Amino acid sequence: MSYLIAAVVVLPILVILIQWGTVGNGEQAIWQHLFDTKLDRLLLNTLILMLGVGFGVMLVGVGLAWLTSVCAFPGRNFFEWALMLPLAIPTYVMAFVFLGLMSYTGPVQTVLRSWFGNEVYFPNVQASGAVILVLSLVLYPYVYMLARSAFLTQGRSMMDAGRILGKTSWQAFFKVAVPIARPAIVAGIALALMETLADFGAVSIFNYDTFTTAIYSAWYGLFNLAVAAQLASLLLLFVALVLFAEQKGRKKARYTQHNSRNSQLYKLKGWQALAATGFCSLILLLAFILPFFQLLIWCFEIGVEELDSRYLGFLLNTLGLGLIAAVVTTLFALLLAYVKRLPAGIVEKRWQNIAIRISTLGYALPGSVLAVGIILSFTFLDQAILGAAQSFFGLSIRPVLVGSLFALVLAYSTRFMAVAFAPVESGFERINPKIIEAAKSLGASPARLLQQIYVPLLKPGLLTALIIVFVDVMKEMPATLIMRPFGWDTLAVRIYQMTAEGQWERAALPAVTLILLGLIPVYLLIRNSRPVR
Amino acid sequence: MLKRVLFTTLSCLILCACAEERQSVDSTDDELSAAVNIPEISNPVIVYSSRQEYLIKPLFDRFTEETGIEVQYQTGEEGPLIARLQAEGEATFADVLYTVDAGNLWSASDKGLLASVDSALLNQNIPEHLREPQGQWFGLSVRARTIVYAKDRVDPSELSTYAALTDPKWKGRLCLRTSKEVYNISLVATMIERLGEETTQNIVEGWVENLAAPVFSSDTLVIEAIAAGQCDVGLVNSYYLGRKQVDDENYPVALYWANQDSSGTHVNISGAGITRYAKNPEGAQRLLEWLSTEEPQRMFSELNLEIPANPTVPSAEQVAAWGDFIQDNINVEAAGRLQADAVMLMDRADYR
Repeated sequence: MSYLIAAVVVLPILVILIQWGTVGNGEQAIWQHLFDTKLDRLLLNTLILMLGVGFGVMLVGVGLAWLTSVCAFPGRNFFEWALMLPLAIPTYVMAFVFLGLMSYTGPVQTVLRSWFGNEVYFPNVQASGAVILVLSLVLYPYVYMLARSAFLTQGRSMMDAGRILGKTSWQAFFKVAVPIARPAIVAGIALALMETLADFGAVSIFNYDTFTTAIYSAWYGLFNLAVAAQLASLLLLFVALVLFAEQKGRKKARYTQHNSRNSQLYKLKGWQALAATGFCSLILLLAFILPFFQLLIWCFEIGVEELDSRYLGFLLNTLGLGLIAAVVTTLFALLLAYVKRLPAGIVEKRWQNIAIRISTLGYALPGSVLAVGIILSFTFLDQAILGAAQSFFGLSIRPVLVGSLFALVLAYSTRFMAVAFAPVESGFERINPKIIEAAKSLGASPARLLQQIYVPLLKPGLLTALIIVFVDVMKEMPATLIMRPFGWDTLAVRIYQMTAEGQWERAALPAVTLILLGLIPVYLLIRNSRPVR
Repeated sequence: MLKRVLFTTLSCLILCACAEERQSVDSTDDELSAAVNIPEISNPVIVYSSRQEYLIKPLFDRFTEETGIEVQYQTGEEGPLIARLQAEGEATFADVLYTVDAGNLWSASDKGLLASVDSALLNQNIPEHLREPQGQWFGLSVRARTIVYAKDRVDPSELSTYAALTDPKWKGRLCLRTSKEVYNISLVATMIERLGEETTQNIVEGWVENLAAPVFSSDTLVIEAIAAGQCDVGLVNSYYLGRKQVDDENYPVALYWANQDSSGTHVNISGAGITRYAKNPEGAQRLLEWLSTEEPQRMFSELNLEIPANPTVPSAEQVAAWGDFIQDNINVEAAGRLQADAVMLMDRADYR
């Protein structure tokens, strides 16, 4: 059963791997060229980005999660949910807003020049530091959400136990809370890193050369899709290593939740409270308030020209695609996670785990490479179907799969399986095996077990999965651009069309709309993540 | 429970497979859009376009008004569009591939995706250097990639050729767009054709030496940087400056036609070709021929401030204000043929 689902998700990845079979003179020449010129710089840049963003989201995400779930300080109730808002902003939107604000021609530097003269120093806005900053600000909510969820369900009882045994609050944090939340934190960082590896929109706006931009260069510039797919498969290798490290890092500790009654929060006082509020405010300002207001300003300046009758269509398409993809992907993830836990032989278990691991790699693939993988595999299938229709029924029909909504939704499922799987899997892991054993010993059938024990306990995880996939699909751009059927233009596509021409102000209106739409599920997510009392 | 979940998933997927073509927002004729499911019966022309919708919709609307033939289009990036066309093979229902940059058109014909068209009208309206020798694609509008400069800091007499921008007097004063952008690739490709690889590489390395700032991701940013004083000269496509000048008559950046005393300014095209497995080649040919006639040619110029490919049609006022210029008359297909060489040359010169 799990093989079937994994196969569906794995097919496009396999098709891409098969491209290694195409290594002719042209491909060899390109690889030689890459080695000679930029491969080392690409690898270095990609590594720097990963390390930088990894650290960035960890520090920000874990720090904020800790503050808002366990401490009390002025504004805590507000920040608790507000800090999730950046989840609604796509990376490429943050990128162009950042450059619009901070580049030489933007307001910040223009004002500085008017105060201090033309030679005033300002750091290079296209350097790695800038890219890391932008990506960290956009992606920290993944770590924030998962870490916060873990901290909340642990409750303070574990922490209190630590303190009773003589640790200070810092020690209790580092030695008790963080290790127990480690799977969640690591899962969040892994997601953020995979998103970073796959990103093309933001790095191309910064013109920052990474592995991903090399893939596009091989495809568009050198007209060689085979090399592009080969580079993409190397990217997958990177990702596989990340995931492998994550798995090893977990060790064999038991992370199930214990008594989750929520006791009182730590009250922060004096400078500590001030620092806490300050930190939260700063992040919120940089990651959401500033970008959003800059977009609003651009909207009112020029963007209103953009508003016409087609906008309702874009909106509905975006919502519709998001909803369908979210439901399908979450169902797949649920099935995979459930099947993983059914009893099976040791050898079969290993294969199952491998299949599941492969299924989650789609997240690191650049959207357009994945799309081509699907188009290639579906073209093959379509030709078989068309051929069968012709020979058995004498019908000449249009291609069924290529260019269909089904193909696009499948692309989304492959791409976002990791995003749905992580919270569902986390949810499963937090279920105390004792409850399961108790139910079984009372004679519950597997179906009843699923229905009355698993699903209610998993609901938060399932809902999280649905919502994150929904938001991610709405923000997705490259795959949608290639594979959308006639009449299914989305807001993300619209933004791309404007930013590709450097017309950032015109992109502001669809960007604002996308963010507002994204706020709805984020609100639900926030409500959903409040601890049950 | 498992069965119920499976059933729900399968029904979702089946619904997806059925819910394909919606009321198309890209159609010029809403009543006929239902006909798209049976292309061989009705007569819409289906276009795969990498041109933005706001640039092509007015033209296609006008075509439908005049001829009654409906045009449906799908927009996307060039690379994926061509890849999709290639993957669809015989099963494709695209009739026309309409894209920018001769390199992309060359790539499509190199992959055998386009059909040769023998049209006296097209051959007459479109100059030889702007169309493929076997009639596989035709340029429909022209954009020049030339020098722009800051009016108050640069005297036009200081400018001459693309190569002259490598002169040390421009050190720290030059702004360029990224080498990944196809327009720059085409410029370098035609330079390789004219000047040879070694000379071209020296020129590109010279440009990189003179950069005032890391290369930008779009031409608009180059122009804005010049206006703000970050640099004094740059290389951009003509229409980007045109757009700025339309918004602000006194925009501080001006255009200079490069290479007027030598090979002529580098030009590129937006163009189209009929696909090899087009289901409606007659309609497609009518569309292409119509696009080469006076009114649509003038519309190109007015909509996007480009230069009409048809030399008998005058440009829009804003464009004509830049003055006449000599185009480089190398057949633009060189841009495609030498594209890979150009990309690798720019990598070697560390032009990012």
